[in-house]
Amino acid sequence: MLIFEHSHTGRFAAAQAPHEVAETAIPKHLQRKERAGLPEVSELQAVRHYTRLSQKNFSIDTQFYPLGSCTMKYNPRACNTLAMLPEFLSRHPLAPVSHGQGFMQCMYELQDMLEDVTGMAGVTLTPMAGAQGEFAGVAMITAYHKARGDLERTQIIVPDAAHGTNPATAIMCGCEVIEIPTMKDGDVDFEALKKVVGPKTAGIMLTNPSTLGVFERRIKEIAELVHDAGGLLYYDGANLNAILGKVRPGDMGFDVIHMNLHKTFSTPHGGGGPGSGAVGVSKRLLPFMPIPFVKKNKEAGERQYDWVTEKELPQSIGRLSAFMGNAGVNLRAYVYARMLGKEGMQRVAEFATLNANYLMKRLADAGFDLAFPERRATHEFIVTLKKQAKELNVNAMDFAKALLDEGFHAPTTYFPLLVPECLLIEPTETEAKEELDLFVDAMVNVLRNSEKDSEQVKAAPYTTPVRRLDDVRAAKQLDVRYVPDVA
Amino acid sequence: MPFIPHTETDIESMLDTIAAPSIDALFDEIPESLRIKELNVPTGMNEMEITRLMHDRAKQDGQVLNFIGAGAYEHHIPAAVWQITTRGEYYSAYTPYQAEASQGTLQLIYEYQTMMTALTGMDVSNASMYDGASALAESCLMSIRAQRRNKSVRILMPLTVHPFYRQVVTNIAGGQNLEFIEIPFDKKTGLTDLDAVKAECEKGIAAIVIPTPNFFGALEPVDELVDIAHANNGLAIAVTNPMTLSLLKPPGEWGNVEENRGADIVCGEGQPLGVPVSSGGPYFGFMCCKQAYVRQMPGRIVGRTVDLEGKEGFTLTLQAREQHIRRSKATSNICTNQGLMVTAATIYMSILGAQGLERVAASSYSNTKQLVKLLTQIDGVEPVFSGEVFHEAVVQLPKDAPTVLEALSHKHIAGGIALGEFYPEFKNCILVCATETKTEADLKLFAQELKAVLS
Ligand SMILES: Cc1ncc(COP(=O)(O)O)c(C=O)c1O
Repeated sequence: MLIFEHSHTGRFAAAQAPHEVAETAIPKHLQRKERAGLPEVSELQAVRHYTRLSQKNFSIDTQFYPLGSCTMKYNPRACNTLAMLPEFLSRHPLAPVSHGQGFMQCMYELQDMLEDVTGMAGVTLTPMAGAQGEFAGVAMITAYHKARGDLERTQIIVPDAAHGTNPATAIMCGCEVIEIPTMKDGDVDFEALKKVVGPKTAGIMLTNPSTLGVFERRIKEIAELVHDAGGLLYYDGANLNAILGKVRPGDMGFDVIHMNLHKTFSTPHGGGGPGSGAVGVSKRLLPFMPIPFVKKNKEAGERQYDWVTEKELPQSIGRLSAFMGNAGVNLRAYVYARMLGKEGMQRVAEFATLNANYLMKRLADAGFDLAFPERRATHEFIVTLKKQAKELNVNAMDFAKALLDEGFHAPTTYFPLLVPECLLIEPTETEAKEELDLFVDAMVNVLRNSEKDSEQVKAAPYTTPVRRLDDVRAAKQLDVRYVPDVA
Repeated sequence: MPFIPHTETDIESMLDTIAAPSIDALFDEIPESLRIKELNVPTGMNEMEITRLMHDRAKQDGQVLNFIGAGAYEHHIPAAVWQITTRGEYYSAYTPYQAEASQGTLQLIYEYQTMMTALTGMDVSNASMYDGASALAESCLMSIRAQRRNKSVRILMPLTVHPFYRQVVTNIAGGQNLEFIEIPFDKKTGLTDLDAVKAECEKGIAAIVIPTPNFFGALEPVDELVDIAHANNGLAIAVTNPMTLSLLKPPGEWGNVEENRGADIVCGEGQPLGVPVSSGGPYFGFMCCKQAYVRQMPGRIVGRTVDLEGKEGFTLTLQAREQHIRRSKATSNICTNQGLMVTAATIYMSILGAQGLERVAASSYSNTKQLVKLLTQIDGVEPVFSGEVFHEAVVQLPKDAPTVLEALSHKHIAGGIALGEFYPEFKNCILVCATETKTEADLKLFAQELKAVLS
């Protein structure tokens, strides 16, 4: 039942609303004629409705979520509690900095830690998700070329395994996308890259470890090739969890990187967001960083921490959000980073990698085909169900749905697109061995069921609040808002 | 180990299975020369230590009596809103790509979409953008895509639009050959100059951006602006505060009644609907449009459908607009949005209902009226614009505004923002706001302290 179907005219949660005041003097022609069609329910009805709805969700707190490229690790509760202290929540973004030194010190120190972790010269926390971080990065790359009078550089090279946000971002920045293929072993096709770099190259966007779950071994050579041609290197940091404290994008030769703090630094995904797409840059891109970010002045006092604005950074690509980006998300990431500390950060990469390699081996032993059997898993790996699709007529989607009945969230399916019937599996470091073992059992169970009765698997899931949904109907008979029956 | 469950026995047996001698050996594909030994970040803290640290930092900031609006508004948020929003089932869920395992989030978004279309008078809402400013940038880009036959790329951008929004719009949409034309405002009323709008329309337009309440809190002549946009074959993009729409005519009804068309795209900052001001974010941008333009809309959209047993269910729909399907041809690069903020807003709107929102809006309106009255009773403090305002207004001080505001901040009052930085001609002016959260005593205290600072 929808919240609107609980509505009764005239009902509302009176205790939560302010007292009634005299009518406004807003001119009649600017006033609403009819009351807006919002729900009319009691507080209890609203609380019960949304509590019940929540129970129809899978979540990290209730299920293992081996969703590749998404880093669904545990979101520590302390991060939430401490980011929601009343002083932080009630601080207006334009309030005087003298009343925000505590908050700004946290932001400054987070910038600092992220610089160290990535090996970059500067970090700004303003981009509001990975894709906006990408936008900031590519915009800086083009601003850099323009500032040098190098106006022909309009091409961004993107491997075919890249996330969809990469090419979409390049277009938003007014660039042209040049796609290059991946080789059988999962590395970028170096020869193909050689053919496309040149005087038009603005830069290349790479993910390392790539979205195929393997480390790009020739990264140094790639960096040299692109730099020699006058282009810059963009690092998509969605997979930073794999290398945290082990290798740094700055050392690999990257000029700009975004981090998904909602992945690596464990801020919640919240059913789709918010994220934070902090961006790190090498020295040559410092003048172009998006504002505002926090600087630390020498003398202590009520303005020791202050915002850097375009006045100080005239070449900046400017402001990308109305205020300071997703500040509360950044606070959660700060708490998490401080709790991990330097040892904890290295352990993240180590145990994420241990879990992935263990799970990969167990699944291979259980009869699943790996996309890159010769390679080490990084923090994630790919199982391909090409054989099962052909022999049993059960595809990756069917597998994903059947896993829901087993009590597991599905791995990422059909991404990256170049591996047929793929399951991209990322266990993260916060899962215990026994949970991984249970997941292997569930995968094997689905495989056995597929061999016995594929039709049954193809109709999964059975135990979720709804069965498989009619997506075609959803798109054809578009119903995107409730319209009450006027009977 | 913090957040890592592995025991020594686990590690040994796992390495055994992998047939690797050590965890370190698992990194053997990474060139040795690239590996680092140690980071420089501080050593870890336990929960007790970090709790102490964060409480100290919070205490250092303290809490001030806030009279700043300017795009972020302090409202009372019912306790239930964030208690439910931070339930693990919402908080720690992913984007609802696996619909059968995400019916809670999906139904909630469908309800949110319905609420936003009710407030705005539009046909369709998406599931959120990053914030109000980026939503306006995306709306401008969308207005160009939505009119293939209209060759103009000129978008009229009144100077009464939030200055930060205008910056964000040019920074985000500027790379794609759009032209933004600044439109001046009447210095007496604080409202967009209609003659200037008409004059610019003669060179052709793609769209007119219509802010209301505008940056000065004033209510723009929305009917006239929508009609001018349509008469010149352009789209009307409304940028508004959803809270005020509980009282104001929905953008879908703006303009000539006979034409019955209204604004074409409506966007803005969703923060006033249950999201704390929290130092600038996370908030959420909302974005709604007319049915005809739905395929040009960026961001996620949830649709209602049925499952294979005919039971009602919800799923992400029209995904062929999005980057994970269309890649370089997508309507936008947005992927992660502001889902959890939408969860809070949906619960907030359900608890308050239209009546509650009306009270919040009316109370903010009358508090601001009262505040302006009290402030302008002080010698030398003058009202600036004559246009009708909603819950924000500009007043002129007899002294340098930043200096006065700094003095007030030492008395724990955030007394608005100085306008001079954005509008040099209003050097001594401040923009103030008093929402329903302010009592009569708060307003008097502000007036009293301002008087003291000015004397
Ligand atoms: C490899 C990769 N790049 C970029 C992104 C985009 O990040 P966001 O969703 O935070 O915008 C994602 C995440 O979805 C990703 O997996």
